Amino acid sequence: MTIVELAAAVLMGLGGLFCVVGAVGMLRMPDFYTRMHAASVIETLGAGLVIAGLILLGGLTLESAKLAILALLIFFASPTATHALARAALVRGLEPVLDEDARE
Amino acid sequence: MRKLSAAVTLFLFWIVLSGYFTPFLLAAGAVSAVAVVAFARRLEVVDPEGHPVHFAGMALRYWPWLAKEIVKSAWEVTLIILHPRLPISPRLVRVRSTQATAVGRVVFANSITLTPGTVTVEAGRGEFLVHALTREGAASLAGGEMDARVTRNENVS
Repeated sequence: MTIVELAAAVLMGLGGLFCVVGAVGMLRMPDFYTRMHAASVIETLGAGLVIAGLILLGGLTLESAKLAILALLIFFASPTATHALARAALVRGLEPVLDEDARE
Repeated sequence: MRKLSAAVTLFLFWIVLSGYFTPFLLAAGAVSAVAVVAFARRLEVVDPEGHPVHFAGMALRYWPWLAKEIVKSAWEVTLIILHPRLPISPRLVRVRSTQATAVGRVVFANSITLTPGTVTVEAGRGEFLVHALTREGAASLAGGEMDARVTRNENVS
């Protein structure tokens, strides 16, 4: 196992760990809006670290360029989808669970 | 100029996705790129909104800072998730946005949502409604640093 392979394995392992953390968060959070915050750990650090590890394994190849485009796609599309979901939920009248000192 | 850069971008995208360098496929890619730009011009979507190439500098000046913020807040949310008492204090807050253009506002709204712990729920002109997971997350957003950085990069074109 070379240094690069080891680094890639560490990155992908960490990414997988953050995916599990995000999944646990989605189960533990109390309502729809707070669950979305847990999910965004998966799509940023989880997906980001896994793709970074794969790019390290790929080296300077066309595959790595495609992976980079994939990462860009995730980083542009996922906040848009998250925003659309949150807005749809609020417009349909789903009340968020708020902290005591946050009520107006 | 904008049409030329759109065609070049599409052609590079073709090359990266295809990976073949035979004359026929390269020519097919070039023709496709030009055709797509011609169609897009008829639809009148090759404008500062459809192809915001003047934001390209942002990739160098703003993304590294954004990446640092994403890692930082993702780590904070991770600690909250793994904490036995789940110490969240969710709230809806209004955040001022000082961007002049629609693309600038989209960048700011997407940056907020991309950072774990904050989600843009409503993106209006001058003010966003943001759902934050914690009191601290809402407070750091109200500090306005992200807003100022996006606006600064919007003006440098």
